[in-house]
Amino acid sequence: MPDDQAPQGGATRVAKTTCYMCACRCGIDVHLVDGPDGRPAVRYIEGNRDHPVNRGVICAKGSAGIMQHLSPARLRAPMKRVGPRGSGEFEEISWEEALETARSWLAPLRETAPQKLAFFTGRDQSQSFTGWWAQMFGTPNFAAHGGFCSVNMAAAGIMTLGGAFWEFGTADWDRCEYFMLFGVAEDHDSNPIKIGLGKLKARGAKVVGVNPVRTGYNAVASEWVGITPGTDGLFALSLVRELLRAGKVDLEYLIERTNAPWLVVEDPGAADHGLFARGEDGEALVSDRRDGTLRRWDDPEARPALRGRFDVDGRPCRPVFELMAERYLSDAYAPEAVAETCGVSAETIRRIAAELAHVAFERSERVPYNWTDWRGVEHDHVVARPVAFHAMRGVSAHANGFQTCRALHILQCLLGAIEVPGGFRFKPPYPKPLEAHPKPHGDAQPGAPLAGPHLGFPRGPEDLLLDAEGRPQRIDKAFSWEAPISAHGLMHMVISNAVAGDPYPIDTLFLYMANMAWNSSMNTTGVMEMLTRRNDDGGYVIPRIIYSDAYSSEMVAYADLILPDTTYLERHDCISLLDRPISEPDAAGDAIRWPVVEPERPGHAGVRGFQSVLLDLGARLGLPAMVDDEGRAKYRDYADYMVRHERRPGVGPLAGWRGDGDSHGRGAPNPEQIERYKANGGFWQAHVPEGARWMRPWNKAWWDWAVEIGLVDAPQPYVFQLWLEPLAKFRLAAEGHGDRVPPEAIRDRLREAMDPLPDGRLPGAEDPAFPLHAVTQRPAAMYHAWGSQNAWLRQIHGENPIYVPGELWREHGFEDGDWVAVESAHGRIEAPAALMEAVNPRTLWTWNAIGKRPGAWALREDAPEGRRGVLLNHLIHELLPPKGDGLRWSNSDPVTGQAAWYDLRVRMERVPARERSSPDVGRQASPVGVGPEVVAYDGKGTT
Amino acid sequence: MTSLPSEPTVKLGLVIDLDTCVGCHACVISCKEWNTGAGGAPLSDMDAYGEAEGTFLNRVHSYEVLRDDAPPMVVHLPKSCLHCDDAPCVTVCPTGASFKRGEDGIVLVNEATCIGCGLCAWACPYGAREMDRAAGVMKKCTLCVDRVTSETLPEADRVPACVRACPAGARHFGDLNDPEDPAARLSAARGGMDLMPEQGTRPVNRYLPPRERDEGAVMDLVALADPAEDAEAGGGLGWLDRALAKLG
Amino acid sequence: MHPAPSLIVFTTLSGLGFGLIAWLGLGVHGAAPGWVVLTFGGLAFVLASAGLLASLGHLGHPERAWRALSQWRSSWLSREGVLAVATLGVFAVYSALWGFGGERVVWLGLLSSALALATVAATAMIYASIRAVPRWRHWSTPALFVALALAGGALLAGRTTVGAGLLLIALVLQVLHWRRGDVAYAEAASDMGTATGLGARGRVRMLEGPHTGANYLTDEMVHRVGRRRSKALRRIAIVLGFALPAVVFLTLEAWPAKHTVAGLAVLSHVAGVAASRWLFYAEAEHVVGLWYGRAAG
Ligand SMILES: Nc1nc2c(c(=O)[nH]1)N[C@H]1C(S)=C(S)[C@@H](COP(=O)(O)OP(=O)(O)OC[C@H]3O[C@@H](n4cnc5c(=O)[nH]c(N)nc54)[C@H](O)[C@@H]3O)O[C@H]1N2
Ligand SMILES: Nc1nc2c(c(=O)[nH]1)N[C@H]1C(S)=C(S)[C@@H](COP(=O)(O)OP(=O)(O)OC[C@H]3O[C@@H](n4cnc5c(=O)[nH]c(N)nc54)[C@H](O)[C@@H]3O)O[C@H]1N2
Ligand code: SF4
Ligand code: SF4
Ligand code: SF4
Ligand code: SF4
Ligand code: SF4
Ligand SMILES: [Mo]
Repeated sequence: MPDDQAPQGGATRVAKTTCYMCACRCGIDVHLVDGPDGRPAVRYIEGNRDHPVNRGVICAKGSAGIMQHLSPARLRAPMKRVGPRGSGEFEEISWEEALETARSWLAPLRETAPQKLAFFTGRDQSQSFTGWWAQMFGTPNFAAHGGFCSVNMAAAGIMTLGGAFWEFGTADWDRCEYFMLFGVAEDHDSNPIKIGLGKLKARGAKVVGVNPVRTGYNAVASEWVGITPGTDGLFALSLVRELLRAGKVDLEYLIERTNAPWLVVEDPGAADHGLFARGEDGEALVSDRRDGTLRRWDDPEARPALRGRFDVDGRPCRPVFELMAERYLSDAYAPEAVAETCGVSAETIRRIAAELAHVAFERSERVPYNWTDWRGVEHDHVVARPVAFHAMRGVSAHANGFQTCRALHILQCLLGAIEVPGGFRFKPPYPKPLEAHPKPHGDAQPGAPLAGPHLGFPRGPEDLLLDAEGRPQRIDKAFSWEAPISAHGLMHMVISNAVAGDPYPIDTLFLYMANMAWNSSMNTTGVMEMLTRRNDDGGYVIPRIIYSDAYSSEMVAYADLILPDTTYLERHDCISLLDRPISEPDAAGDAIRWPVVEPERPGHAGVRGFQSVLLDLGARLGLPAMVDDEGRAKYRDYADYMVRHERRPGVGPLAGWRGDGDSHGRGAPNPEQIERYKANGGFWQAHVPEGARWMRPWNKAWWDWAVEIGLVDAPQPYVFQLWLEPLAKFRLAAEGHGDRVPPEAIRDRLREAMDPLPDGRLPGAEDPAFPLHAVTQRPAAMYHAWGSQNAWLRQIHGENPIYVPGELWREHGFEDGDWVAVESAHGRIEAPAALMEAVNPRTLWTWNAIGKRPGAWALREDAPEGRRGVLLNHLIHELLPPKGDGLRWSNSDPVTGQAAWYDLRVRMERVPARERSSPDVGRQASPVGVGPEVVAYDGKGTT
Repeated sequence: MTSLPSEPTVKLGLVIDLDTCVGCHACVISCKEWNTGAGGAPLSDMDAYGEAEGTFLNRVHSYEVLRDDAPPMVVHLPKSCLHCDDAPCVTVCPTGASFKRGEDGIVLVNEATCIGCGLCAWACPYGAREMDRAAGVMKKCTLCVDRVTSETLPEADRVPACVRACPAGARHFGDLNDPEDPAARLSAARGGMDLMPEQGTRPVNRYLPPRERDEGAVMDLVALADPAEDAEAGGGLGWLDRALAKLG
Repeated sequence: MHPAPSLIVFTTLSGLGFGLIAWLGLGVHGAAPGWVVLTFGGLAFVLASAGLLASLGHLGHPERAWRALSQWRSSWLSREGVLAVATLGVFAVYSALWGFGGERVVWLGLLSSALALATVAATAMIYASIRAVPRWRHWSTPALFVALALAGGALLAGRTTVGAGLLLIALVLQVLHWRRGDVAYAEAASDMGTATGLGARGRVRMLEGPHTGANYLTDEMVHRVGRRRSKALRRIAIVLGFALPAVVFLTLEAWPAKHTVAGLAVLSHVAGVAASRWLFYAEAEHVVGLWYGRAAG
């Protein structure tokens, strides 16, 4: 009798774990055989049918896991640098030597100046752990990759909706009839989006792809809007205008579910301008439209007005809705006014507005559904609005990304299409309002842990991390005036700030899983130089660099000490509710990885899971919570931590099978927990109770359940924030109000950026010298830099031409085989050119992170990635060109510090074909040699 | 062997939905992964970490379609053996290694008798056959015969690896000679087409054409809106008071 | 198509060898002494089998080549193999009986000739039957192969006038094959529209290939020859393969060192045919190219 645990294709057993060929967190069935040496070998990897993320499907990367696991680029032992930085010359050392070296570097820093350690992690799925380690160490300088990735989406989403795009929310694929996708090529939720698109397609629902480039998801879109980069906010607000003009908005939803009726003080120049009018209890007020009385926003009896001028304690006030309508009804947002800028015809904007209205309001229905709101009012239905949006880096990776994302959320609110059938839904632990998120913590003290987690959301200037002189406390200047709401830090600024000694020099840069000497940095050539820059005394300006990678990347060559990690099939990990879990709208979930094969590197000192190494190092450093009273290591390894660590009493990294195995969410540590996960396919899920599925920010059953399973400690109902008061506070500071005010030079920029309502501003000024845009896209079959070591994947994308729009192609007289030079204010690259017609006529693009430095990734030095691959990163500077006043702003969103990759402006010319793409960055020696000539994997461990 | 079987009654094959395929290559790699260890010679990759030329049984191409009155379309087209009824790759084979099964129409290569002459690949108009350079034998899509006819795999997994993998659900497998088969029904409903019908190969695999794109019915917001004589009143919010009044 | 040296050598030499067999079978050396018969017979045998051996170089598993004899009912390649073996066998007996025994068995000779020509025709039919290569799929392919074999054989056999005449016929066929071949791909029913099924929607072009490097298909079937190179090679083929040997053989009597000159003329012919064969492969567009964006033109 076949059963679905049965091994297949000659395999002898199946191990269920979590994929990590990308951060999508799919469940995989690893089919194992006994290899020629008797050790288990991977026969085959396929999707786990029971897994909530991927439901059995698997992507190209996931299927290529064998080639990653057997990659010749795998590191094999700890290493210390013997050649100059960047040369790639290393000597293998023992783990003891490696750990003692690290300890000896870090211990003195902790005792004297913990901020001299900058610990930054890349696409870290253990952030709640690495952040906790950094907190215990006491350095304020910790963050992961979010700041250069998509913090705009997270920050705008959480502050506006208490939930966000990324993988934290999703369209209601089963009911949605009109789906708009803004600026997405692949997404973090890549398999779920593909599954979802498949569902929409099977039903013939309409998909609108808003993207300068028509590939992938946008290729299958029923309609493609080839927008000009950076203009989505303007486009969305033009849609808002059309809907407002026509009265096609969900008024009931706006009144009940958003702060549209809240009264805002309107007194330009005053110290409370833009703040909410609040009652004595501090709660925001609305004006009752029946009699003009002021009521608390959550008064169930209130019938709030949406327009009018009111007086609250002598302060002139107006409802948010009226301020919003006044702004967006202006002709500046008329389709005709924005059409040219956006590259979208006025007619198309009008039609899309009409379609949105039609689907949201005419194809809507009252779905019978019993639920009770948080005030105890019972409801017998929810109103379906079958319109959903999703957006990612095409929106976020611009300097106006935060506000653009807000504009999209406002549009969703007007349509009443969030947390209703057919609309956009949150995944637990969301919904979770801003108030439930921590504030940032700094104030490092020698020898002591930080008072709280590093990252969070400042509610106003009072929460910024500034020192007594008003200078940034953090090396990346997060939570400073330059990036006040940098909820994910600014990893992309660390190296340049450290090298500039601004705000201060550091001693040790400790990086994990981030290829900062290459594709994850802006200004790659510059960063390579900074990492090797020396002082007058001959020492490096960044004295020490520790790095943990699993493979021979470009960054490895720039480190002094390498702590080699395992591959994803060889270690324990947890994909925790404290981080980025595997929840879906109807279930909370988390998952583990476990060593389905042992990490063996015969003839070498071997590799160790980074988290276990970090615990070992923490114990050697005597970090609180990592040692017991006698100073002995408290956790054997990461697996032990996953089971025994408690963040709050009863709440640990893993939520499933706590206590004696019957408690979920909350409960005492259970030594059997990991075994229970394995037996359940590597993951745990708790299903949202029936009454808690919709309208969750306001749904009592949801909050009760969220408390019960430990997502929050107390119910926190809230309404969506169309008007964002925290921004108003920063704006007031920029106007000189309050006792914490920004330096003069930054005030204008801050005042403009901190607009409580998005205004559709473009990300930068036009420069006729650089008339074109240039962007990258993620290829579905590659994950950043890691894919190139993969013998199978690299055949699909072994080089990346620069796609030139048809009109420009012909104008410049391009022919097949020509190369193109692309130049920005900062740099120049040359690479093969290719023609594309389905692209915005002013936009060049290429696949991301295909170009490689010769010598890296165990590739042959003349591999195509080095000769015909290229990075746009060489063109993008972490600072903007100097302004009139000589100051250089960072190339990021002034609200969140999000790296503005896609603001890149360029010009181009046709050039003859070359031997290799430029810039030529030289080669690095390979500490792992070069991969074999022939790969022929027989599914039994032999290649 | 080399002669084609008389019309098989079961015609196993794939239905590939070009309206849905996002071009992700999942089917390409999952195919390689399953089949490299499926018992025949592994699917080799020569100069694997240099120029890299490997054997794959399935490949995804991307095309642009330039239209006069609408923006260009981009279509991803996955392509593996179409298990043709009139398979020229079978009749040209000098050894009989290339054959079509009578029971289900699957076209296969017997690696033990293949001499690696390459003629079948020449005869195939679809580029569906690739010589394995390391093994010197011809490779092609087996329709995952070892999966679809397995008696040990769970029922749900008796589909080709690529179908099991496809994240977008753009690949369907079934007996395309059985009008009641869901895949055949889907093909019939969506106008499943042959590729290169003029080559006379009578492929079994079907491709569902992309649905119309970028030509949505023109919709007019004003027509959907409330009667708007007073639209411009109150700064463009003329409708608001009426609407609020309705809410009570 | 990739102009594989093994296939060029094979078709050139074996064409010549089987062409010679065809003439020897007709008994062109009517009254010659045994050693002459054996020398010519041996030459034919060596050429034909050297070609066949070279063709093994094209195989992934030459040790299994015998299996190729099994599918003569449907496969032209198999037929070619069977016919080649049969030709060589019959011809060996015929030549031995004649060379050693001095007796020319006429029916064996005629059979050898017929088999030899059938072998060449079968070789040509391998190509001519491939619908996926429009340039090859035409009666002129076997006609040209047979004419060239007969002409080359005649030259070798010393039938100079007939040979020269056949060369001119072959030249006509060659030019016809090129002319018609040059438009075959464009005129074939297959194009990117039929390949993708999207032709009715608009003009189809490849945006991205399935892989950025090469693969077996692109190496083997998506070969492209520049126009200028093709022109130059065609001239070379015409001059060396047809014109020069024809002129030499028609005027042979007027040459000093006749045999050397004739030998050189034959070599020139072989070189010209090899050039023609290189073009035969290299210029042949396989419809697989359509998937890779190689539209006609
Ligand atoms: N031009 C341009 N640049 C970009 C972007 C863009 O869109 N355009 N996107 C940006 C974004 S959003 C991101 S997130 C970054 C991503 O950039 P990075 O975070 O640098 O991504 P990778 O290069 O894939 O991976 C980083 C390193 O992790 C290592 N690694 C892989 N697996 C493991 C493991 O199991 N353990 C350890 N210790 N290391 C491992 C890899 O070998 C690699 O060296 O790129 C950014 N850069
Ligand atoms: N296969 C694969 N999956 C991945 C990754 C990978 O490397 N490979 N990386 C992961 C990571 S770290 C991340 S952050 C996510 C990111 O996932 P995505 O958000 O999908 O990231 P990008 O590839 O940067 O896609 C950005 C898209 O926005 C478009 N775009 C650029 N500017 C604009 C604009 O102004 N407006 C609009 N509307 N569109 C614009 C680009 O053309 C591109 O299609 O993907 C994750 N998933
Ligand atoms: S999307 Fe692919 S690579 Fe990423 S986790 Fe899922 S299967 Fe693995
Ligand atoms: S897996 Fe599916 S969606 Fe992806 S390329 Fe293949 S058919 Fe298309
Ligand atoms: S697709 Fe090609 S290989 Fe497959 S049966 Fe048809 S002709 Fe043969
Ligand atoms: S390569 Fe193998 S299967 Fe193909 S025709 Fe030759 S012998 Fe037959
Ligand atoms: S059916 Fe099997 S062999 Fe054929 S393409 Fe799909 S996975 Fe590959
Ligand atoms: Mo990212």
